[in-house]
Amino acid sequence: MQRARARVTGAEQIGPYTLLRVARGSLEPGIPGQFFMLEAPGRPLPRPMSLCLTPPGELAFLIDPIGPGTRALCALQPGDRLAILGPLGNGYRLDVERPLLVGGGIGAAPLPYLSDALGHPPAILGFRSDWHAEAAQLVPNAEVVVEPTFVTEALSPGHDVFACGPEPMLAAVAKLEPAAQLAWEAPMACGHGACYGCAVQIDGEIKRLCVEGPVLAAEAVAA
Amino acid sequence: MKILNASGCLDALTAPAVARSLDAFVTKSVTPLPREGNAPPRIAEVEHGMLNSIGLANPGIDRFLAHTLPRLRELEVPIWVSVGGFAVAEYADLCDRLDDRPEVEAIELNVSCPNVDDVPASVGEIVAASRAATRKPLYTKLSPATADIAEVARAAQKAGTDGLSLVNTILGLALDEQTLKPRLSRGAGGLSGAALKPIALAAVYACYEATGLPIVGMGGITSGRDALELVAAGAASVALGTILFADPGAPARIRAELASEIANLGVGEIDNAIGLAHAEPAAISKTAGRSAAMSVQ
Repeated sequence: MQRARARVTGAEQIGPYTLLRVARGSLEPGIPGQFFMLEAPGRPLPRPMSLCLTPPGELAFLIDPIGPGTRALCALQPGDRLAILGPLGNGYRLDVERPLLVGGGIGAAPLPYLSDALGHPPAILGFRSDWHAEAAQLVPNAEVVVEPTFVTEALSPGHDVFACGPEPMLAAVAKLEPAAQLAWEAPMACGHGACYGCAVQIDGEIKRLCVEGPVLAAEAVAA
Repeated sequence: MKILNASGCLDALTAPAVARSLDAFVTKSVTPLPREGNAPPRIAEVEHGMLNSIGLANPGIDRFLAHTLPRLRELEVPIWVSVGGFAVAEYADLCDRLDDRPEVEAIELNVSCPNVDDVPASVGEIVAASRAATRKPLYTKLSPATADIAEVARAAQKAGTDGLSLVNTILGLALDEQTLKPRLSRGAGGLSGAALKPIALAAVYACYEATGLPIVGMGGITSGRDALELVAAGAASVALGTILFADPGAPARIRAELASEIANLGVGEIDNAIGLAHAEPAAISKTAGRSAAMSVQ
C-alpha cells in the first residue's frame, strides 16, 4: 500500500458520472477489483474507489456524485492534487475459462479495467436510465439493459461471472451463479483494516471488506 | 513523550509500517468473549469528524492471546492492550490474563465505550480490581461525557491507575440527507476527529490539574500544532485517532511538525512544554508524570 499526492489530469462527464483521471506517479494499478482511497477535498475522510481504467501514465476512477465527498471529487479540475492510497484489498481472480462481466449502475466502475485484463469478454450492464447507461461506453462488448429490465434476466448459464453492483443485484447473481466473484461496497473510513466500518460476518467470523474483500466468492457470503 | 494510536484506529497486522512509525501500538479493545459488533452501517462522516458505532467488535481474549498477540509481538513494537468489559470482574480477569505476557507493555482500561448498552460499574471499582490483578502499568481511558471528569480521574488515581487516556469519543448523531433518519444503524455513535479537540483539551487540562498523572492526550489531532496544544494542556504523550484513517503517514508527519513547533517555542525538550497552558505548571505534577511515564518505557 502506497500513498502519493497525485495530480489530476482530466475530469470527463459520462452520463451522471465523472471519470477522474490522475497522473500515476509511483502508484501501482494493482489487480482489477482492488481499490484506492481518494482524498475528498475539504472532507475529514477519504473515499474508496475501484480503479476503472489505466490509460498510459494515468489511473482513472468513475465517480457517482451522491454525497459531499464524491461531489468534491467530481469537482476537481486538471492541475488539482489529491492524496491517493492503494491499491488496497483483494481483486478478482483472473484464471477462468468463460468470463462474463456483470455490472449494475456505478458498479460498472471496475469493469473496464477488468475487461482489458481479460481480453474484452462479454458483459451485461444494467442501469436505471439511458443517461446512466452512457457509462456502458467504457466496457467493450457490453449488452445494456435499462430498468425495469434487470441484468439477471439477461444472464445465461455456463459462465464464470464477475459482478459488481448494488447489494440486491449481487444477492440475485449469487443465487443464480454460486461460483461468481462479487465485488462489494461498504462505508469505510480507512481502507486498511483499522476502522471496522466495512466489517461483515462471513462463516461466523468478522471479515473486513477492505482486507478480505472487496471481491468475495458468492458462496462465501451469506445472502 | 510518545506518539501512539488511539485504540481502534489502527490494525498493526494489516498496516505494520504504520504501527512501526509509532512509539507503541494500542490494540482495539479486547473483551472476555468474541463480539461481532453492531449492525452496519456503523460509520458516518460528519462535518469536521466522523461517528462510529462499531460496538467493540473483537475476537475475544482467548483468540487474542492465542492468535493476535503472538503476531503483534513479531512486529517488535511495544504493545498496549486495550481491554473492555461489562463487569468489574471481567476487567480484573482480562488484566490477570495479560499480566504474565512480557510482550504487553501496558494495559489501557476502556471504561468509556459509548457504543454498548451495558454500563459498566464505577471507574474506581474497575481500576481497583484491575490494579489487584496486574503489575503492568494501567492507563484508564475516560469518557468526556461526564459532569466532572476531574472527579472521575481522581477516583481512578485513588484506585491505583498509573495514567489516564483522554478522551474517548462522545455520542453524536447524524441524519441522512434524504430520509432524515439516523445514518448509523444504532442511531447515535462516537464522535471523533477535529470536532473532538476542544473537548479533549478541556478534559486533559482538568485532569492534569486534578491528578498530576501522566496523560495520553487524544481527540482530533491532525497536526503537530494540535499535538502541542494537548501537551500544553497537560498530556505527557499523545495518540492519533481518526487522522490515521485518512493519512496513515500521520505519525511521522506529526512527529516532525511537533519537533518544529517545539523548536519555535524555544523551550528545549518537549517535556518542558507539558502543562504550559496552566498558570503554574505544577513541578510536582511534571515530576510524577515523567517518572511514571518512564516506568513503562
